[in-house]
Amino acid sequence: MNFSREFRDPRVARCLLAEIRQAVDGQTGVLTFMEVCGTHTMAISQQGIRSLLPPAIRLISGPGCPVCVTPVDYVDHAIALARRPGTIIATFGDMVRVPGSSSSLLREKAQGADVRIVYSPLDAVALARRNPERAVVFLGVGFETTAPTVAGSILQAQKQGISNYFVLAAHKTMPAPMAALSADPELQVDGYLCPAHVSAIIGAAAYQPLAREGGVPCVVTGFEPLDILQGVLLLARQATAGVAKVEIQYSRVVKPDGNRKAQQLLAEVFAPADAHWRGIGVIPGSGLEIRSAYAPFDAARQLPVAVEAPREAAGCLCGEILKGKVTPHQCPLFRTGCTPENPVGACMVSSEGTCAAEYKYGI
Amino acid sequence: MTSDIILLGHGSGGTLSHQLLDELIVPLLSGYGPHQQNDAAVVPFAGQRLAFTTDSYVVDPIFFPGGNIGDLAINGTVNDLAMSGARPVVISVGLILEEGLPVEDLRRILIAMRQAADAAAVAIVTGDTKVVPRGKADRVFINTSGIGVFDHELDIRGSGARPGDVILLNGPIGDHGMAVLVAREGLAIESDIRSDSAPLNGLVAELLRVGGAAVHALRDPTRGGVATTLKELANQSQVEITLDETALPVRPAVSGACAILGLDPLFVANEGKLLAVVAAEAAERVLAAMREHPAGVEGAIIGEVTGGAAGKVLLKTAIGGRRAIEMLAGEQLPRIC
Amino acid sequence: MCLGVPMQVKSIDGEVAVCEIDGVRREASLMMVDGVRVGDFILIHAGFAIERLDAEDAQATLLIFREMLDRGLGPE
Repeated sequence: MNFSREFRDPRVARCLLAEIRQAVDGQTGVLTFMEVCGTHTMAISQQGIRSLLPPAIRLISGPGCPVCVTPVDYVDHAIALARRPGTIIATFGDMVRVPGSSSSLLREKAQGADVRIVYSPLDAVALARRNPERAVVFLGVGFETTAPTVAGSILQAQKQGISNYFVLAAHKTMPAPMAALSADPELQVDGYLCPAHVSAIIGAAAYQPLAREGGVPCVVTGFEPLDILQGVLLLARQATAGVAKVEIQYSRVVKPDGNRKAQQLLAEVFAPADAHWRGIGVIPGSGLEIRSAYAPFDAARQLPVAVEAPREAAGCLCGEILKGKVTPHQCPLFRTGCTPENPVGACMVSSEGTCAAEYKYGI
Repeated sequence: MTSDIILLGHGSGGTLSHQLLDELIVPLLSGYGPHQQNDAAVVPFAGQRLAFTTDSYVVDPIFFPGGNIGDLAINGTVNDLAMSGARPVVISVGLILEEGLPVEDLRRILIAMRQAADAAAVAIVTGDTKVVPRGKADRVFINTSGIGVFDHELDIRGSGARPGDVILLNGPIGDHGMAVLVAREGLAIESDIRSDSAPLNGLVAELLRVGGAAVHALRDPTRGGVATTLKELANQSQVEITLDETALPVRPAVSGACAILGLDPLFVANEGKLLAVVAAEAAERVLAAMREHPAGVEGAIIGEVTGGAAGKVLLKTAIGGRRAIEMLAGEQLPRIC
Repeated sequence: MCLGVPMQVKSIDGEVAVCEIDGVRREASLMMVDGVRVGDFILIHAGFAIERLDAEDAQATLLIFREMLDRGLGPE
């Protein structure tokens, strides 16, 4: 069994599409389903899903790109650390082109800063071990799929007695922003495609309040084409039946309680904190900060640097894009003033930003 | 120019590279004629045509599974000449060596270059060698230039694609780029992916022999991959191209490595592949000729020139959906999202 | 940030597994998943196993798909 290829059969895709069309047959108006995961944003665009769905279903993107919802002052802070003598910045590739107030990590690298792309935070720990005289700062951005891996890296650094490994943490958690969006009267969301791997960690039960109290159907959906189509089908059936519950489409990975061990790892190293979501504002308890027991690994506490005052680019509508209120084509800067070569906001330059997806894949 | 400093992206073959060429390099350097944007320049000379091309090789690491910077440097220039339909004849080699480079490494590279030249039936006739202090070059940089002649009157250029034409590819994509990426430290991935570095002049000669004037354009998808090259072709020819995702040959190991790193094989470099845009009526026989040749046994039809918006490249996805293919701004970076 | 690839465990050394997909191998930390055995398929994200893939559940989903095909839905 190959857990990927089996979920790409085009014949099954056609069946699922026929079922979707049947489910919305006779439906007046448009059903709006929102995904809140950058990987879903990309997968949906890459697979050309929108070109296959009936007009009665509209898929929009929410604040699922952790890079995009990270305020610009985090990038400025990372840049200030990159400029600090004797410092290596280790980061996922996703962060490298994001514009700060006046520069980006890629630009800093071009001017001599030591910025390295790593695949895993453990690689950053290894970097620290190999360079004991330098400070290695890992940029901790990401939701609950990634945050436990960063927690794991801190625990491993501690176990190995490494004292030059630091994390600049800006992790955020789901489903907090989903509740904020559902409460927004300007936004009509008829169903959520819930993130696949975040849910693998936090469990599908985390979305119960959204379904029960919020009355919004939630389907935890995988990333393969058939996963996404089946997820849309389950949402369409719920929405047209006036039902709102949490269903797991991605049952081969996601359980109602999630991954307890990963949750414990997370809780060991990180504590909930208020977090600023670009475009949405502060959501209480939706962020993660490093606990004081692990303060020696907190870059913000251990490596003080002067960070410039944050400046958001004028005319940038990333905030509205991230809430799903404005589509890329509705932004006056899209493709004209804001392009991948010359990005104004994170939504365009992040590897999974809504505008980046539309620019790269939109017809 | 949207940046005031040179970035790595300016060398990646994507839109930043084009910006650098179009806004700075070509306007300032070109006194000859309109910028042809083809792999080689075709210039009239003494009543004939000559093809002339140059390329520099800065690959890191210099040794990788399937080859090294040496054979890459020879095959790359041979192939650029071949893409204009020329028969490569002579090559020059410029070496910039970093102080401290082991002589044994240089020996291996030179042997590989000689072997590649012999395999491509070209002669290395001139060259130059410089040594720079440690740290001023990444072990070795190589520049090769090449001259080719024409044994036919066919005019093959990037602007030659026409609606109705069919697009042929001679084998699986992404081998070279992934072989090099995996060989770099820091990603800690092991695989048996090997570079596809190979000379294509023999294959091209065969395709032209069989297809003749039905072969409208030839391009080798190096930096930026098949996607970037087709986008360039679509722009040069002012046509729309549609690819069929299910027809694209990709080795499982390449798609596996790409899946781990979040990369798209369509944008990964190749060094032994060509795209041939062929008139529909000749497609089957040119494909048959391709598959008969050792450099094209896995050849396939991967798409066609459709009749829509000029400069657009579309992909019909595996599940039958449609999406666009755009050039990347700079380098494709590994992602985890 | 969710790119995760199903890979098969080839060997385990303490808390580290060597995993493989289509001939591509990488190490992954098992810090987050207990009870992993050689031959299991695990989901790898950023160098860590984040969950084990449940073959039975996968088969159940594939069965639904097969039934759809048998019912002859979807125009050819």
